[in-house]
Parts: sequence; C-alpha cells; structure tokens
Amino acid sequence: MSRSLVSITDFSKEEYLNIIEIAKEFELQPVQDVLKGKVIATLFFEPSTRTRLSFESAVYRSGGNVIGFSDSSTSSSTKGETLNDTILTVSNYCDLIVMRHPIEGAAKFASEIASVPIINAGDGSNQHPSQTLLDMYSILKTQGTLDNLAIVFVGDMKYGRTVHSLVMAMSHFSPRFFFVSPVELKLPDEYKLYLDNHNIPYIETTDFGMAIREADIVYMTRVQRERFSDPIEYEKTKNAYILKYSMLSGTKSNMKIMHPLPRVNEISRCVDKSDKAYYFEQTKNGVFVRQAIISNLLGLK
Amino acid sequence: MFNMSFKDEKTLKVSAIKNGTVIDHIPSNCLFKVISLLRLDKVENPITFGSNLDSGKLGSKAIIKITDVFFEDSDINKIALIAPQVKLSIIKDYNVVEKKVVKVPEEVVGLAKCFNPHCISNHEDITTRFHVLTDNGDIELKCKYCEKITDQERMVLL
Repeated sequence: MSRSLVSITDFSKEEYLNIIEIAKEFELQPVQDVLKGKVIATLFFEPSTRTRLSFESAVYRSGGNVIGFSDSSTSSSTKGETLNDTILTVSNYCDLIVMRHPIEGAAKFASEIASVPIINAGDGSNQHPSQTLLDMYSILKTQGTLDNLAIVFVGDMKYGRTVHSLVMAMSHFSPRFFFVSPVELKLPDEYKLYLDNHNIPYIETTDFGMAIREADIVYMTRVQRERFSDPIEYEKTKNAYILKYSMLSGTKSNMKIMHPLPRVNEISRCVDKSDKAYYFEQTKNGVFVRQAIISNLLGLK
Repeated sequence: MFNMSFKDEKTLKVSAIKNGTVIDHIPSNCLFKVISLLRLDKVENPITFGSNLDSGKLGSKAIIKITDVFFEDSDINKIALIAPQVKLSIIKDYNVVEKKVVKVPEEVVGLAKCFNPHCISNHEDITTRFHVLTDNGDIELKCKYCEKITDQERMVLL
C-alpha cells in the first residue's frame, strides 16, 4: 500500500518538519519539473475552489498534469457509482489522488483500497491535513520558530476542524493556547483532555481584547449563524469575535493574523492594510506546502 | 454454608453440562446481546441459559451453558464490549478445567456500528474498524474512518 496523507495524526513531528523543509525549497524555486510526466487526479466530490486551485497550481508549477472534477454532479457518482469503484478506476489513470468528500472517513477508506497515494483535501468535518501543514509553515515563516509560541484561536472552536488539527499538530512545540469563542462554540472536551494530558497550558475566554495582546499568532475563524441553537445568542455575540483595526494597537510587534479563508466579516477590511495581516500570504504558502506534500508522497523529494 | 446452598440452587436452575463452556456473571440485560455477539443463534449444539438469577455482585445475572463448544480468545474478548465482567469456565467431564476472564481488545473489527451518520462506514460497504479506548472503565470505540468516538450509550452491535 502506498503512503497517503489522510489525517494530521498520520505524520510524526519529524515528518511535519521534513515537509516544511521541502516547502522551503519550493519557495526558493517554485517552478520545477519534479512532477514531469506525472498525472495527479483532483477528485472534488464537494466543491472547494480555493483548495482545488491551490493543489492544481502546485501540480502545474512542479511540472505535472491534472485530471479530475470539481463537483460531483459532473462525476459518475451521480449515476450511483460507489466511492470504492470510482477510486479503483481513477487509481489506474493517475499517480496520486487528491480528494475532497462530504462524508467523514472517505479519504481513509480510499487510502485503503487505492494503489496510489491519497491526499485528503477535506472529509466532511473531520480532517484537512494540508491546511494544517501550510498553517505550520506560515507560523514558522513569520515567527522564525514553532516553539514556545502564544497562539490565540478566535471564533468557532467547536466545529472548526482547522483549529482542532492545528491544536494537535502544534502541541509538539510547547505552545500556550488561548481559545476565544462564544460559550456555545467552546473547544470539545476531547481536545482539552488531550492538552491536559500533554501539560499544555490553555485559557478559554470570551475576552478577545485581553487575549490578542498576548498573541504571537492570532488564528481567526468564522462564526456561522447556523451553529447557534438560539438566534438571540448569535445576535448578542456575533460582534464580539470580529477583528477591527483599532484592536491591533498594543499587540506584539511580531504578531501575525492568520485565517484559513474564506472570510466573511470576521476580519474587518481595514485590517488588510496592516503588516500584521498574513492571511493572503498564507494562501501563497499553501502552494509551496502542497508541492512539498505531493512530491514527498511520490518519493521524489 | 450459605454459599453452598446458593450454589446448589443455581445448579438446579441451569443444569450442569459434561463438556463445554459456561459463561457466567452476565448482567441480565446483556444476555441477548451476548447471544448475538457469539452468534449462538447459529450454534446447533445444546445450549441452556438462565436469566434474572440472583447475584450478589450484579444484583441480577444471566448464565449460558453451551455443550461441546469452546471459544477462541478473540471471540471471548468481543464480549468485553458489552459485559467486561463476564467469567468463562471450560468444562471437561463435569469439572472446571480452566477459568477465563475477558480482555478488552485493542481493536474491534466488524462488530459495532459507528454512531456518526456522516461516517463513510455507514455509506459504503465497509467492515467497521475501531480503536478501543477506556474511559473510567467504560469502553468507547474510536472509528478508524471518521475518528469520531462511539460511547457505550450509542453503541449498536452489528
């Protein structure tokens, strides 16, 4: 069975660092022909423009070619084909499969049956490991280190899979965490238990203003209306988790603001002009990191 | 003295077997789950069972006696999912020749259903697989596919 990247827990600390090292090489020389003659399939059973374009850009810049679909309505799954059959077929057409699927565990299942490596580009609310690796790369690039950082997560701690994966991954590097969220969207107990077991200090708070002044990294996420059981509660709290330009005064000089995007209104547009705004740079790093992941899984780097 | 008479009473209720396996200390409300877990409904050997018997430890217990059937440890350990306190006796010529306790397995394959309706194992023809976690003595199953945890309350056996 070939090696896949399905869950962030599939990789050890050394393997994260190895991917980050390879990504650095790609940043220095983004256009390469390491994937020359390789065909990469991008199977998006659920649409995601940003992630798909980032992967496809990574393949083209590395000299490879892409086949695939961007919406399951244009794939044979609408004819009732099982995922099993789609994966077994597409495995014969390509050297590696990048897939996003609305059902949790779909990529894990695909990795068990495919003859080529699978990269999970999102399986429902479960995992999206390339996002986590690009977040780590962005943190390293802006802070010069991954160790001993204060990371402030803001927004939806309950359903935010990017938060969960980054918390797990950064736990290897002695961080301090702040979780700023409405009470309804607090971090699930299983993650708190994990942090307790690893002696990692964290604070849960609704006070964004206090936490932001401590931060090396502010990781913003979207608070979605549909996550609230009580719409009045949403109306009361929605503005408490919006980052405004005025809130940047008094923050650390090395502080950077990250966001997995898409943004709706949780970061005010005025913040974009600040040199602390890093979310668009972050997407650029995503291409280097995906170049690194693909070429590493294919044994080419 | 009391123990003796208690034991005698039990023997009357579920008669002894010459050779085979006795599964004792099953909580009464788990009896039928144990029967289905061990696929005893497919066994053609003589089986006797008693339920709602008095038990000091459990309050109410059930017992199963299966003639001429001896289980693999891997089968026995499946019982840990629902009744970890069960005790097995291997009977040869009316004598207990070996006692076994169930051990919690590290992995559970094809026995339970993932509670998550959005899990791939509930959408494709897949054998379910779980890592076994123990939380204060309770057994919980972490799905190898969706990574969600199915606790005792939501556990449905296949």
